[in-house]
Amino acid sequence: MKEDINPPVRNIEEEYHINIGPQHPSTHGVLRLVASLKGETVTSLKPHCGYIHRGIEKMCEKDTYPQVIHLTDRMDYLSAHINNHVVCLLVEKALEVDVPERVQYIRTIMDELTRIASHQLWWGCFGMDMGGQTCLLYGMRDREKILDAFEESCGSRLLHSYYTPGGLMKDIHPNFQKKVKDFIKYFRKKIHDYDCILTGNVIMQERTKGVGILTKEEAIDYGVTGPTGRASGFSCDVRKRYPYGVYDRVGFKEILGTKGDTFERYMMRMLEMRESMNIIEQLIDNIPAGDYTAKMKAVLKLPAGEYYQRVESARGELGVYVVSDGNKSPYRMKFRSPNFSNLSALDHICRGFKIADLIAISGSLDFVIPDIDR
Amino acid sequence: MKEADFRDNETLELYKQSGGNILVTTLDAVIDWGRSNSLWPLTFATSCCAIEMMAAAAPRHDFSRFGMEVYRASPRQADMIVVAGTIVNKMAPVLKRLYDQMSDPKYVIAMGACAVSGGPFFYNSYHVVRGVDHIIPVDVYIPGCPVRPEALLYGVMQLQRKIKLESLTNPRKTENLK
Repeated sequence: MKEDINPPVRNIEEEYHINIGPQHPSTHGVLRLVASLKGETVTSLKPHCGYIHRGIEKMCEKDTYPQVIHLTDRMDYLSAHINNHVVCLLVEKALEVDVPERVQYIRTIMDELTRIASHQLWWGCFGMDMGGQTCLLYGMRDREKILDAFEESCGSRLLHSYYTPGGLMKDIHPNFQKKVKDFIKYFRKKIHDYDCILTGNVIMQERTKGVGILTKEEAIDYGVTGPTGRASGFSCDVRKRYPYGVYDRVGFKEILGTKGDTFERYMMRMLEMRESMNIIEQLIDNIPAGDYTAKMKAVLKLPAGEYYQRVESARGELGVYVVSDGNKSPYRMKFRSPNFSNLSALDHICRGFKIADLIAISGSLDFVIPDIDR
Repeated sequence: MKEADFRDNETLELYKQSGGNILVTTLDAVIDWGRSNSLWPLTFATSCCAIEMMAAAAPRHDFSRFGMEVYRASPRQADMIVVAGTIVNKMAPVLKRLYDQMSDPKYVIAMGACAVSGGPFFYNSYHVVRGVDHIIPVDVYIPGCPVRPEALLYGVMQLQRKIKLESLTNPRKTENLK
């Protein structure tokens, strides 16, 4: 009997599955992606959530409103100030508190600094995903300057819990304005370096242009917001559409893309950093004098009812929905996190592209995993 | 930091056995020197502390000065795992598996309040492991929420001290210390 010495030829059309994560350096955390592949082409992608689900929404139901703020920091830790802002705005809206002008100015400046810091870190990580270790070092180096300014005023580097309902924990440090102005002067030069090292890089452009396209209609369908949504031409900037803080008093452009590919998403964030610097420059010299907090009751009880408040975080529209039954803690608190909606589009974006592009695409969506799982 | 502050945990050195064969003690000194000065961490991070761990690797704090800049993505190449962030029940089996896949000698640093005890998620949370030492043995605990990069450097230096107490005749001495 003749034996079949040749191994059976593997059908290359056959689909197989690759498990990426939860411990994988390029998923930026503990996201698990199960990719179905045909050869090297991704046919579908299934994200698995819950590897960092800490039950923050459930914990909020036991906490008072000022306590909730400390938990929101830990959701999207790269835009900690902005997460605090959304809860503060909601409580202030529900209690109909007038926040001093000074507080609104400081909050807006802090939000924009957070956005720049977040985008710097993203730029470093994105560069590293594309194979450039230098980017991470550059991004982190410049980010430390913002963290120094934060540390002086807020007392913490990363998770500040600086905002309270009605105002701020403490007034800004006397050095704050000088430090911020120095930073902007410094970073205007450095952002040019960023462009030289990565934006203009041929390898990077070849890997990102025309890869991972999300059209405007699809972005709206999936609820993709933030720089990712704006890259597709979806005008979704909450700062423009539902202004809060002093965004209605400053002039800034909403940056919109057209193509919606990975490179466009990259460019959105690079341009947004410049735009954030413009906003800060308009505000930093005009911070009015006054109190750093409004007079608030010792125990905050929201009137019974439903409330919704949204802000623009570094990744998109962050919403918080609260059902109150009149007690000092919320009956239900739901966070509409931008990353969760952006993740839902990942499967659609990746289909038909190579597995190597998947890393670039998921990098350009800028995930923070605890914000997805909460 | 002053030398006196760094040596505040005097009891650690008491475990170092004096005496022994000159060959063994000389080899010990060489091996411990090598091990403690090339700790390669596993790229493992779950939440906020990860950013501070990256900041510790970044130019300002630069922990390649302590021989641990080489992040390894595979547990088989790593000497040390820095548990940076909350471990939830779904992640716990994964962490245990990663630890089992690492080759001996292996060390664990619990970085941040969440890894030490569950931290802010100790109360009222249904899905958080209250301390990573329920799953894997921990060598150094670093408190903080999040841990500052300086504190991580201090923790790493304490781990290096601990490694220097190891001996060929009593290889898992660090385990006995706990």
